[in-house]
Amino acid sequence: MNMIRTFLALPNDSRAKTIGIALTLCLVCSIAVSTAAVALKPVQEQNKLLDKKKNILQIGGLLEEGQSVGEAFKQVEPKVVDLATGEYVGNIDPDTFDARAAVADPKQSVVLGREEDIASIKRRAKYATVYLVKGPQGQLQKIILPVHGYGLWSTLYGFIALQADANTVVGLGFYEHAETPGLGGEVDNPAWKAKWPGKQVFDADGRVALSVVKGAAQDGPKAPYQVDALSGATLTSRGVNNLVHFWLGQDGFGPYLQKIHNGGSL
Amino acid sequence: MSLSPEARKVMTAPLVANNPITLQILGICSALAVTSSLKTALLMAAALTTVTAFSNASISAIRNHIPGSIRIIVQMTIIASLVIVVDQLMKAYAFSTAKQLSVFVGLIITNCIVMGRAEAYAMQNPVGMSFLDGIGNGLGYSLILIVVAVIRELFGSGSLLGFEILSLTKNGGWYVPNGLMLLPPSAFFIIGMLIWAIRTKYPEQQELHDFKIHEKHGLGNR
Repeated sequence: MNMIRTFLALPNDSRAKTIGIALTLCLVCSIAVSTAAVALKPVQEQNKLLDKKKNILQIGGLLEEGQSVGEAFKQVEPKVVDLATGEYVGNIDPDTFDARAAVADPKQSVVLGREEDIASIKRRAKYATVYLVKGPQGQLQKIILPVHGYGLWSTLYGFIALQADANTVVGLGFYEHAETPGLGGEVDNPAWKAKWPGKQVFDADGRVALSVVKGAAQDGPKAPYQVDALSGATLTSRGVNNLVHFWLGQDGFGPYLQKIHNGGSL
Repeated sequence: MSLSPEARKVMTAPLVANNPITLQILGICSALAVTSSLKTALLMAAALTTVTAFSNASISAIRNHIPGSIRIIVQMTIIASLVIVVDQLMKAYAFSTAKQLSVFVGLIITNCIVMGRAEAYAMQNPVGMSFLDGIGNGLGYSLILIVVAVIRELFGSGSLLGFEILSLTKNGGWYVPNGLMLLPPSAFFIIGMLIWAIRTKYPEQQELHDFKIHEKHGLGNR
């Protein structure tokens, strides 16, 4: 106690007091910060998980009014897919697999060449978690795939949901992005999202034909493949178009979707 | 709780008479960034008010023992720690809005209001008053943020807090949204006009000219 009093009585600008105050302050502040971070971590993790599940359910059109997210998520089965072969990977737990961490790990990701990298993501994880929705008899009803790509300011993270034919869109949505509110941010607008369900992904030759274009065809042969771009958000729309092309194409989920389409790989 | 007249003055003066944004011209950067929708502005206002109040109180508590040579870094450390704690709390209890605010919560650290009040007020005044000064300045900031956000969201997106007020043409209504309102420069214009309005009402806020062009250099006498 006496030592503290002597310390506090030192002139403020003495070397000992300056160093002492700096050390004490750092100690107190770091304890406060780490306590907050550690104590709140479980709640934050839970929030993140809940938010992701909610998005998966909403995009797949599975969330009914008044139903809890946890309850509704029971009908969804997550599985990890090897993107190169399109096969399920048995030895990775989908609940703990973190695709974003995998992108940063050289062992679990591949560098994309300039030609391949249309979504501007630079690296792609070797594996991805897909979410399967099955009917009461175990037949596949919907497939929900994680997608991401660069828009104007930010990377957009979202999901695209397809019917069991691996061709018809059920919905598309983003759970994380930082596009301009009101312009690019309109990717969250329900009116725009409503343009996606029912669109077709692949054309007769098996190429990805689904595109976001300015002035989409209302009818005619192209109509099932075109979604009208967002007005005032050319670059965000282009980003969405690119990421859809990338993730549904050969470098993304192409091989996996091909397998589903041929009726195998359940 | 009744406040002494002095305490009340400390709390209310920053609302209009000594507003941190319109008079002190501090914290403009975040006022531009987070005001495109009212919801983010409200959360940001709450976060900043909390941080300013508590940073003022804690800096004031140790003000007699802060060495002058490391004064600023001591203030920064306290402010930064508080901001991290607020950010963590938001991520835990206001997840979806915290996601929209993303980096701006972290940027409260660099918000000049927090630092400005610590340096200008908390270093000389007792804890209680410093806390109230923090609340007052936080509320002054909040007031401007809310006014700007209401104007921007209403005319830029036709809605307030996400509820549609003016029906937009793209949803089949009559209002064509003003795209400029969604971009940061519009906040500049709105804040500029607010400053103009406030200084017209309170002429004592007008600043004296730093330099005055001498009569004979002017254009008048040719």
